Amino acid sequence: MSPPEPARAGGAEVLLRCSGLTRRWGGLVAVDDVSLAFERGQVHAVIGTNGAGKSTLINMLAGEIEASAGRVELMGQDVTRWSQPRRARAGLGRSYQRTNIYPSFTVLENCRLAAQAATPRPWHWWQPAARCQASLAAAHAAARRAGLEGVLGRPAGLLSHGGKRQLEIAMCLATDPQVLLLDEPLAGMGAEETERMLELLAELRPGHAILLVEHDMDAVFRIADRITVMVNGSVIASDAPQAVRASAEVQAAYLGGH
Amino acid sequence: MRDGAVLEASDRGKLAFLALAFGALALYPLVGGSFGIGLATKIMIYAIFALSLELLVGGTGLVCFGHAAFFGIGAYATVLLSPGYDPAELAWLLPACVGAAALYALAVGALSLRTRGVYFIMVTLAFAQMAYYVVHDTPLGGGTDGIYLNARPVLGLVPGGFELRGGLTLYWFTFGALVLVFAFLAVLLRSRFGRALAGIRVNEQRMRATGFATYPYKLAAFTISGAIAGLAGFLFAVKDGFVNPELLSWHLSGAVLIMIILGGIGHLRGALIGAFAYVLLQEFFKSEAIFGEFSRHWLLGMGFTIIASVALLPHGIVGIGRQLAERRARAARGGGKESADEPA
Amino acid sequence: MDAATFLIQCLNSLQYGLLLFLVASGLTLIFGIMGVINLAHGSFYMIGAYMAYALAPVVAATAGGGFFTTLAVGFVLSIALGYVLEWAFFAFLYEREHLQQVLMTYGLILVFEELRSLIVGDDVHGVKAPPLLAGTIPLGDVMTYPVYRLFISGVCLLLALAMWFVFARTRLGMTIRAGATNREMVQSLGVDIKFLYRVVFAAGVAIAVLAGMVAAPVSSVYPGMGQSVLIICFVVVVIGGIGSIKGALLAALLIGVVDTFGKVLLPQAAGVLVYVLMAVILLWKPEGLFRAG
Repeated sequence: MSPPEPARAGGAEVLLRCSGLTRRWGGLVAVDDVSLAFERGQVHAVIGTNGAGKSTLINMLAGEIEASAGRVELMGQDVTRWSQPRRARAGLGRSYQRTNIYPSFTVLENCRLAAQAATPRPWHWWQPAARCQASLAAAHAAARRAGLEGVLGRPAGLLSHGGKRQLEIAMCLATDPQVLLLDEPLAGMGAEETERMLELLAELRPGHAILLVEHDMDAVFRIADRITVMVNGSVIASDAPQAVRASAEVQAAYLGGH
Repeated sequence: MRDGAVLEASDRGKLAFLALAFGALALYPLVGGSFGIGLATKIMIYAIFALSLELLVGGTGLVCFGHAAFFGIGAYATVLLSPGYDPAELAWLLPACVGAAALYALAVGALSLRTRGVYFIMVTLAFAQMAYYVVHDTPLGGGTDGIYLNARPVLGLVPGGFELRGGLTLYWFTFGALVLVFAFLAVLLRSRFGRALAGIRVNEQRMRATGFATYPYKLAAFTISGAIAGLAGFLFAVKDGFVNPELLSWHLSGAVLIMIILGGIGHLRGALIGAFAYVLLQEFFKSEAIFGEFSRHWLLGMGFTIIASVALLPHGIVGIGRQLAERRARAARGGGKESADEPA
Repeated sequence: MDAATFLIQCLNSLQYGLLLFLVASGLTLIFGIMGVINLAHGSFYMIGAYMAYALAPVVAATAGGGFFTTLAVGFVLSIALGYVLEWAFFAFLYEREHLQQVLMTYGLILVFEELRSLIVGDDVHGVKAPPLLAGTIPLGDVMTYPVYRLFISGVCLLLALAMWFVFARTRLGMTIRAGATNREMVQSLGVDIKFLYRVVFAAGVAIAVLAGMVAAPVSSVYPGMGQSVLIICFVVVVIGGIGSIKGALLAALLIGVVDTFGKVLLPQAAGVLVYVLMAVILLWKPEGLFRAG
C-alpha cells in the first residue's frame, strides 16, 4: 500500500504524476501500485535495492514499456497510452543507466541529433543537417551545461566513462524537456565528476521536475528535496530526506548498513 | 558520409575518386566498342540498383532481402504500360514505372517494418517471392517465357526529343540517371532526414527516447529505396527489350546485397565499386576463354568468392584501407587489450 | 467437394504441413539456440532428396538393402555432414551480424547447388516408394489414398514427438535449452558448449535431410527444390515465431491447409496465398503467433 501523496506546497506545479502504476511479468509483480508526483523545482530521488523495480518504473514513466495497470499524467494530460516518442516531444526526457549514445558520431553530432527531435523538419531534404542553426544552437547549449565544450569533435565512443555519462545528460537536455528522468547518472563517476554533476542538477532544479534514481546515498541526501524508497516493487516511504532517514521502516528494509 | 568518425577517408580523397569514376564513365564511349558500351550500361544500371539498397542497408540499417521485387516491378511496368507495338512517351512512362515500384515498396514496407532483425530479413524475402509468383504463375506476367518490349520509349514532348534505343543514347541517359541518383542520395544522407536515418541505424532506441517517431522515417526510406530500384528496373527493361520473372528472383536480391557488401557498406561509392566488381566477377567466372566447359558452373566460383569476401573483407573494398589501419593499430598496441573506450 | 475428396485434401494438408514442420523446426532450432540464420537449410532438404535417388542403387548393390536401409545410411551420412559443416564453417558464423550470416550461407547455397550439379547433374528424377508402402487404402466407395503419404505423416509425427521428448524430458534437452539462454553460465558449469552446438546443428541437418529423403517419392527430385522449401520455411518461422517449436508446428499445419486447399479451389492464386496469409498474420502479430518457448 503506497503512502498518501504529499499535499502540494503552495504554488508547486505537478509536472508528472503516476497513480496505481503496476507492472506484472507473468506471475512476478515488478512494480506494485505505485503513486508518485514530481513537481517543478524539485529533485525527487527514488532509491531501493537492486530488483526493487526502479528501472521498470522509469521505463513505464518514459513509455518504453507498457503498464499493466495504472495511469501516467504528464502536465495534466493522460499519457498512459502514448508512445515514448510522443511523450518525449511533450516534454519528457530521460537518461539511461547503461550509456546509450551514438558511439560512432562526434559528441556534437550526438547532441545535435538529439536536439533535432524538437525541430525535425525532414522534408527539407536539400538542407544539410550540419548547418541546421536551431539544432546546433540547442546542441551547443546542452553540451556546455554538461561540461563537454572541450570534446565536441571527439567520437563519442572514445570518451572516458565520465564523459559518456555527461553526454547522456547532454542528450537528455538537448530538447529542453521539462521533466527529467535520470537513471543512475552518477554510476561509475569519480568524486570530482560527481561534484560537477550535482552542481548541474542544482542548476537544473528551478525549471524542471527531476526524477533521480541513484545508489550513491551521500549524493542523494545532498541533492534530493524528496526521497521515495522502493522495496520489492512497492513504495514503503515517500517524504522529505530527514524523515526518510529517520524512518524505522526504511532503516530496517534498506538503510540498515549505513 | 560524415559521422565525424576517425579513420574516415578524407573528403578530398572521396571527391577525387568520384571525379575519376564519373570521368572514366564519361570518356569510355570514346574507346568502348558496342559490347563494352552495353556492359558499361549494365554496370551503371546495377550501380543505381545498388545505390538504392545502400540507402536502406548502409543508411538506415535495414537489411532487405527482397529488393529485386522493386527492380522487377519497375521492369515489368515498363513493358506492361507500353502500348503493344508503338513507342510509349518517356515523359510519363518513366515516372509511372518508378511509381509502381514505389507503391509496392510502400505496401511491403508498411507491413514489414512492423518486424525487426531477422524477421525483417525473412519477411522482405517472402514478399518478394509473392511478387515473383504473381509474375511467374499468372497471365499478368506472361509466365516463365517473359515479355518483349517491342518499341523503346520516346521522349516526344520536347522538340528535338530522342528514342531511348540501346547503344549510346541509352548509355548517356543511364549515365545521367546515375549521376542524378548519386547526387540526390549524397544530399539526402546529409540532410536532417538522412541524419535521422543514421541515428536509427546506430541506436533506434535513443532516437525514440529523444522524440523521433522512427516508423515513418523507415517507411519513407524504404519507399524511396524501392522507387530508385524501380528506376533501375525501367532502364534494364529498355536496355534488354525483354523481361522475365528472374528479374524478381531472390538470386537477384542476393546479388545486389553482395554488391554493396563487396563495395563497402556505409559508403555510396561502395555501391558503385561493388556493382562494377560484381559484374566483372560474373564475366570472369562465366568466361569460356578462361574456364572452358567448366564455365557452366560459374556459380561455384561466385559462391566461394562471396563467402571469402564476406569473411575476409567485412568492410568491403572501400574499407580495405581502414582494415589495414586497424590491423596496424592493433599490432602497435602489441595485440593486447583494446582501450577501454573503443566504440562498441 | 464431396466428403472423400475433402478427406483426401485434409490428409494431404497434414502430410505437407508435417513435412514443412520438420524442415522448419531445424531452421528455427538453429536460429533459436545458436543465433545463426542459415539460408542453406533448404539445401539439406535437397541433398536428402538427391541422396534418396543416388544412394538407392549403391545401397542395393553393396548391401542388398532397400528403401529403409537407404534411409538409415542417409541419416548417418547427414549427421556426419552436419558435424563437419559446423566445425568447418558454421562455427565461424556465431559471432557475426545477421547480414554477414545471410550472405555467407547464401554463398553456401550456390556452392551446394553447383556441387550437386557436378556430381549428379541437373536432371529431374523420380524415386520409387518401397513396395511395402506402395499400396493404397480405400476411402469410401470410390476414392483411395496412397499408403506412402500416410507413412510420411507418420515419420514426421514420430520425429516431432522424439524432438519434444528430447527437449522437454531429457538432460540433454535441458542443457540445450539452458545453453540457448545463457551460454557462459552453461560453459562455466563444465558443459562443452562447442560440442553441444555441434550436436544441435548436426541434428538440424539430419532432420532436414531425412525430410528430403522421405519426401522424394512424392515430390520428385529436382534442382530448385531446396530453395522453394527454404522460403516457405521462412514463412513458417515468421508466422510461428522464431525459436518456437510449437509455433512452427501450428504455422506449418496452417500453411499446409492453405496451400493444399488453395491449389484445389483457386489454382491460379495458389502460389500467392501463403504470403497473403503471412501478411494478414503480420498485421495482427508482428512477432509471430508464439514467442520462443
